[in-house]
Amino acid sequence: MRLPAGQRNSDPLGTSWPQRPSPAVWFIAPALALIGLFFLLPVAGALLLSFTDFDLYALGDLSNLRFVGWRNYRLLFQDPLFWTALKNTLYFVLVGGPLSVGFSLGAALLVNHRLVRCKGLFRTVFFLPVVTTLVAVAVVWRYLYHPRYGLLNYGLGLFGVAPIDWLGDPDWAMPAIILMAVWKNFGFNMIIFIAGLQNIPVHLYEAAAIDGAGPWRQFRSVTLPMLTPTFLFVAIITLIGYFQLFAEPYVMTQGGPANSTLSIVLLMYQEGFRWWNMGYASAVAFVLFAIILAATLIQLRRRRD
Amino acid sequence: MRRIAAALLYVTLIVGAGLTLFPLLWMVSVSLMPATEANLFPPRLWPRTVSFDHYADLFTRLSLARYLVNSALLAVAVTLISLLFNSLAGYAFAKFRFAGRDRLFRLLLGAMVIPAQVAMLPLFLLLKQFGLINTYGGVIIPGMASIFGIFLIRQYALSIPDSLLDAARIDGASEFRIYWSLVLPLCRPILVTLAIFTFMGAWNDFMWPLIVLTDSDLYTLPVALANLVGEHVQDTELMMAGSVLTVLPVMVVFLALQRHYIAGLMMGGVKE
Amino acid sequence: MGAGQVLKMGWILLVFCLLGCRGDSAATVVVEFWAMGREGEVAPQLLPEFERRHPGVRVKVQQIPWGAAHEKLLTAYAGDAMPDIFQLGNTWIPEFVALRAVEPLDAWIAGSPDFDLEDYFPGILATNVIAGGLYGAPWYVDTRLLFYRRDLLARAGYDQPPDSWDEWLTAMARLKAQAGADRYAILLPMNEWQLPVILALQRGAELLKDDSRYGNFRSPEFRRAFAFYLALFRQGLAPAVGETQIANLYQEFASAYFSLYISGPWNIGEFTRRLPPAVQDQWSTAPMPGPDARHPGVSLAGGASLAIYRGSPRKPEAWQLLAYLSEPAQQLAFYRLTGDLPARRTAWREGALADMPPTRAFWTQLQALAATPRIPEWERITSKIAQYAEAAIRGALTVDEALAALDRDVDGILEKRRWLLGKSR
Repeated sequence: MRLPAGQRNSDPLGTSWPQRPSPAVWFIAPALALIGLFFLLPVAGALLLSFTDFDLYALGDLSNLRFVGWRNYRLLFQDPLFWTALKNTLYFVLVGGPLSVGFSLGAALLVNHRLVRCKGLFRTVFFLPVVTTLVAVAVVWRYLYHPRYGLLNYGLGLFGVAPIDWLGDPDWAMPAIILMAVWKNFGFNMIIFIAGLQNIPVHLYEAAAIDGAGPWRQFRSVTLPMLTPTFLFVAIITLIGYFQLFAEPYVMTQGGPANSTLSIVLLMYQEGFRWWNMGYASAVAFVLFAIILAATLIQLRRRRD
Repeated sequence: MRRIAAALLYVTLIVGAGLTLFPLLWMVSVSLMPATEANLFPPRLWPRTVSFDHYADLFTRLSLARYLVNSALLAVAVTLISLLFNSLAGYAFAKFRFAGRDRLFRLLLGAMVIPAQVAMLPLFLLLKQFGLINTYGGVIIPGMASIFGIFLIRQYALSIPDSLLDAARIDGASEFRIYWSLVLPLCRPILVTLAIFTFMGAWNDFMWPLIVLTDSDLYTLPVALANLVGEHVQDTELMMAGSVLTVLPVMVVFLALQRHYIAGLMMGGVKE
Repeated sequence: MGAGQVLKMGWILLVFCLLGCRGDSAATVVVEFWAMGREGEVAPQLLPEFERRHPGVRVKVQQIPWGAAHEKLLTAYAGDAMPDIFQLGNTWIPEFVALRAVEPLDAWIAGSPDFDLEDYFPGILATNVIAGGLYGAPWYVDTRLLFYRRDLLARAGYDQPPDSWDEWLTAMARLKAQAGADRYAILLPMNEWQLPVILALQRGAELLKDDSRYGNFRSPEFRRAFAFYLALFRQGLAPAVGETQIANLYQEFASAYFSLYISGPWNIGEFTRRLPPAVQDQWSTAPMPGPDARHPGVSLAGGASLAIYRGSPRKPEAWQLLAYLSEPAQQLAFYRLTGDLPARRTAWREGALADMPPTRAFWTQLQALAATPRIPEWERITSKIAQYAEAAIRGALTVDEALAALDRDVDGILEKRRWLLGKSR
């Protein structure tokens, strides 16, 4: 409830309360100022940068900067490297995403099962990879994936599978990264699924059981529908996270072999911080943003149907 | 029937747990192997002789202690600072009424979709103007307030009864006093969750410190580790020891506080 | 002023303290020195003598892995966080001069009568000269040539290493036959641009045309060299691996996974340190085989220089360090620690390096060098060369497709240069 204008001006010390805007302003000001200055302003700056050809020459001498309009975006869409990065990122999202969500759901169902005791222990174990530092585990998995001395190929060899050059074969490098990403992340979504599962009223299951539904039928008609909002949430955050794939290829493959693990963010990093084509890199970043936005909206729209 | 089902469940769970833990256990095992033992065929699962040489090496020759301190310092600083600013804003969004409050909040939520990488390049140039490149400040600043943190706290603070706050106001307490002595203690569970979340995120943060820090004295553990890989990729056992040291602190924090963290996550998941 | 206010102040104070915190201590003058790879590991050992001669100056060495060095230097420049003196690969000198990041050294040399420019290898020194000004002092020279297993080559019937492409191919075919199915004659990591470029330079190819305005990779000379390079993989003489897949290069060399390796002088030190004793006297070096009777084939005029940051507040001290590291005695000591070859011929003479087995081949090779285009975009162009070479090796592109794509990308990279050159006309 706002005080009328005249009254506000005549009360500069703020001795009346409680709906005066002043305290709120002081409370949100620090956070908002920080977010505004160090996030939103740079985002606007990135948009501006993407319309210039800011590069090394411009870094040395600003008079070398040109305003180029949509040229960066045009070049982007003609650049085979960009399409490769997009393809790889989509591969990661569309294969890794469902895999990760699937494992999370599976783990959640198992851990949450009424027949299981020490739920907490299993929950913790499955969550442990989420907590670890990505760079550290990328290093570990890099050695696990070694074609000759790695334990993965050794284990596969025991089943008669020929050694796969995980990080050296362009066909297997992305699956290798997907496997590692799934291992690292499935615990997080598992927790959210467990919460969702625990929120399903027991009487629904009881009613279904009375109607003669077996466990699979119960899963399909009770569990899955009730989990839909959780599903949506998990799907969206996984999507947003996976589109930003960077650290795994950076540490394990540097985008190789033959650019098969080059992701959009890695491309942006290389263009921006390795070659200092900041204009072009900003364009890449914005295209990524547009893609994520579109994907999120698609997901939200699907829910409405 | 029930016994078989239970047995199957346990077997699956145990196999799953084993597979999940295996890379981490192997990491520890290799870190204790003497040099070059990991590059043998067939690969070994545990060391023939336990050797702490690599850990010693990391602390003496490769000054890992310095990176450990940097990571700890930065993670704690980011956590404390962001807790303060986020809780101030989250509480305000929940409990104060002001013009445009809901619209502003929705705008902020929408901004969460923007990937952080979009801002990184100009942010780098901006911080350079302030002379903050290659300083602790440059690393801390982007994390000092987060929309996600504000969101979490606001959701939780909504449940604080207004009557409590009004009563405190009638008693003459200043708004800040109410926040500090009344709201914060009430928000303890979400604050702990957010603290753990922020600490882990800050500890594990890689891309931004990689970009901002050029002086190796200031490196955080993930950046130092990536650097180490660049130089010592041949030394498997050394790299594993480095990984162990990077992962250990944050895992300890998690294991100690996991009940709060997981409870907080589950709260967040349900609210959606 | 309540407890709340005090705490608020405390937070703000903490924030400001940490914001500016750099971990600096400033008693004496501290010169910050960035060195890469093995050089960075070893540089501190050269310093006690320097600090003894110059009390009041302390040197802080920061080691940077080669893979990240280029981007770290650029990032430091962009972020106003450059070291005072740094090691700079000499192919990067044009780039950093264009950025105005490097101090011209002519004035400093004029003020130091002991500094003997004539003593440097002319081909290497020339890479440090841009538009008539000297911007770096060569620290060590680097060129690529053949490292080989004497015993395995002898077993294949060669007492002397091959000195022409034909002989080389035959030798490798025999080595491969001797080695068997899952071993190879030569290791050529796929993401290295050096060998295709060396082979092209040996054929006399001009890599860029029109004053480095356009790519020239479809020229017949480059095409022939490129096809030769690809043939090494197609014939199974080299494994199609990238450098990230070699877990331990030295173990592989010792276990005869490959018998030949094209590399630079730092591996003299590394081989000596890391190869098992059994193999220690079985390896040697030889100049690059040339395409025909002309011998040796040329190789790259590589190496690194010491450069001083143009905006450094400690230039006199940085210059003192540069002069110190350029002394023949220091260059020789540096060689003994790393295997990196001195850039000054006096050091070679003092150490009799031209006669000693591993370095003798380098002495010969250093008389036959070819330079790569000295433009800022060169580093980026080399990454494109590596990218398309890898694509061609893997069979994703034919030779002509790869070279056409390479030309197209390089033309795009050089667009700004063309604009700048046009502007200044």
